[in-house]
Amino acid sequence: MIRLEKRPQPSRIWTTITPLLAVLLTMLFGGIMFGLIGTPPLETIRTIFWDPLFHPQFAGFSRPQLLVKAGPLILIAIGLSIGFRAGIWNIGAEGQYIIGAICGAAAGLALYPMDSALILPLMILCGALGGWAWAMIPALLKVRFGTNEILVSLMLVYVAENILASVSSGLLRNPEGMGFPGSRNLSQWSSSQNLELVPNTGMHLGVVAAFIAVIAAYVLLTRHIEGFNIRLSGAAPRAARFAGVSPARTILFCLGLAGALAGAAGLFEVTGPAGQISIDFGSGYGFTAIIVAFLGRLHPVGILLAGLLMALTYIGGELAQLMLNVPAASIQLFQGMLLFFLLGVDVLTNYRVRIARREVA
Amino acid sequence: MIRRTLLASAAAGLTLGLAAPAMAQDDPTKACFVYVGPIGDGGWTYQHHEGAMAVKEEFGDKVEIAYQESVPEGADAERVITQMALSGCDIIFTTSFGFMDATNNVAAKFPDIKFEHATGYKRDHPNVSTYDARFYEGRAVLGHIAGKMTKTNKIGYIGSFPIPENIQGINSYYLHAKKANPDVELVVTWAYTWFDPAKEADAARAMIDQGVDVIAAHTDSTAPLGEAAKEGGKVIGFGQASDMAAFKTNDDGTPGPRVASIIDNWAPYYIDRVGAVMDGTWEQQASWGGMPEGEVVIGEITEAVPADVKAEAEELIAKMTSGEYHPFTGPINKQDGSAWLAEGEVADDGTLAGMDFYVEGITGEIPN
Repeated sequence: MIRLEKRPQPSRIWTTITPLLAVLLTMLFGGIMFGLIGTPPLETIRTIFWDPLFHPQFAGFSRPQLLVKAGPLILIAIGLSIGFRAGIWNIGAEGQYIIGAICGAAAGLALYPMDSALILPLMILCGALGGWAWAMIPALLKVRFGTNEILVSLMLVYVAENILASVSSGLLRNPEGMGFPGSRNLSQWSSSQNLELVPNTGMHLGVVAAFIAVIAAYVLLTRHIEGFNIRLSGAAPRAARFAGVSPARTILFCLGLAGALAGAAGLFEVTGPAGQISIDFGSGYGFTAIIVAFLGRLHPVGILLAGLLMALTYIGGELAQLMLNVPAASIQLFQGMLLFFLLGVDVLTNYRVRIARREVA
Repeated sequence: MIRRTLLASAAAGLTLGLAAPAMAQDDPTKACFVYVGPIGDGGWTYQHHEGAMAVKEEFGDKVEIAYQESVPEGADAERVITQMALSGCDIIFTTSFGFMDATNNVAAKFPDIKFEHATGYKRDHPNVSTYDARFYEGRAVLGHIAGKMTKTNKIGYIGSFPIPENIQGINSYYLHAKKANPDVELVVTWAYTWFDPAKEADAARAMIDQGVDVIAAHTDSTAPLGEAAKEGGKVIGFGQASDMAAFKTNDDGTPGPRVASIIDNWAPYYIDRVGAVMDGTWEQQASWGGMPEGEVVIGEITEAVPADVKAEAEELIAKMTSGEYHPFTGPINKQDGSAWLAEGEVADDGTLAGMDFYVEGITGEIPN
């Protein structure tokens, strides 16, 4: 008879081991799935996890790409994790990412074709402000009227997507684009381009910002009173209130920070890898970052590793599609499995498994 | 002496190195395809994949096909195309408008690989071609059928995005519906997506609620036909991009909503271009084929369409295929009443490629 016994404290060892266990389980069951659809399981798993790092033909290109792909995920996830620690559930980072990119791009495009080194910093500022403002909507509604931030922030993603469609084919449309939707290419304009700082490393400003955010979040959460207040608000809201932590302030701070980081991520993306505001600019980073935040246990270093792992499954998944003709849907399924197992094995953190005969009363 | 031997072997090595590409010609030519949707979308991507399969059938072992589906148009596209280039593709087809900048960026880094971008206009490097099809020729036929078949005199068009390709389609559809039925009124709904069954179904539903009984779509899924099928034969529609033959008959055996279809047939173009890479005759071009080239095909017109209407539609197809008739032949006025084409004048390709206005009679504005 298998029995689950609640632990008085979540197990520290299991907190560290479970993500690894989840990855192993994903490899195992993913391998079975690939076998069932008729692709060689070992080769596919190797292509996903090994080839992007060590394949002689691809690794030179795909290793730096890991950073490019992971950068926005980490930057957004860091912002989200701080809110999640405080029990504030911002599900709308995708919307904040989109609005940040639009505001930043608009600020830059308004000055086109001026040549100035100040344009990119201005755009970054406007991007962060745009994301912050978009996150302030659910924050103020929650503070003032007690609305649910999960629903409001999520719904605002769809609003943001429609604004994106509208500005791509209207306000920000490239006047030289023959009527096609999409803005001017910001990565081809010297004042706004966010290129690799060192060639072939993938390190653009957004990746640097992501690393800085990891360190800053670590300091905030472990060394700063505000970080303590945030953790306290999440763990024991009543205690936090007695300790004089203002719930309204925490809400505004957490949502605002997450929004600003997501907005900045959007701006780094639109001036770098994506290059332009287009209808399909939002590529789901804001949602994937939620997975990254939890995969990383809401811990800054964990998020850094989780972001890189997620990027690995994306890029490895692309290589598997290309070289082994694995269907795209199976790669998404594979990523879904990762989250599923991660949440599943969480049971081991909070419960002890006892295998014992039931005692006769 | 030793030095000389070394040099000689280095020279031998060099010759070997140079000989390698020549030997590589015995290897199959690798043709690669980047798709924006899943190959099972039943529409746009499905047809491109059919074209890829036709290349395989034509050349057999002499060609190797690789593809990647559901590639987002944005930051990921450039990486995907670069990986393809690194994997040894000889020619890469990027089959969606949104891959335009990414295709040109990668082409700059791989001058020996040929790139073919669908529906775009940027050819920044000599190894980039663009190709598109004159879908508006097919829309003319659908418009004629729609004008004849509507009972409510309200016909609908689900647009994807307000880009020239859609506007050409809307104008052509409306002009030919109007010719067939002067009382016809056109309702346009923008879905702002190429593939989203739920949104497309919503758009179709909204139109049906307004009394529209013939629906054409510029989006890729079968959802609008699925919505029309719920109306018990009162609403008809057309297959889009692919034949969508499954909607010819309902599950209970009654006639289904699909009365005709507009099929994108990329096979002739793909076979031609991959063949050109094999012979070494590939050159940069901007291709815009239509019915004469076999790139735009009207699928079977079903029994639901009266014989005389079917005959007229077939005559229209024959005239466009022979080049005798152009769907945009004057007199045609713009929406604001100003003259566009004089009597007998034919629209030039430049105006069509950048079309950003409705023709006279269409209500509503092109969203901005």
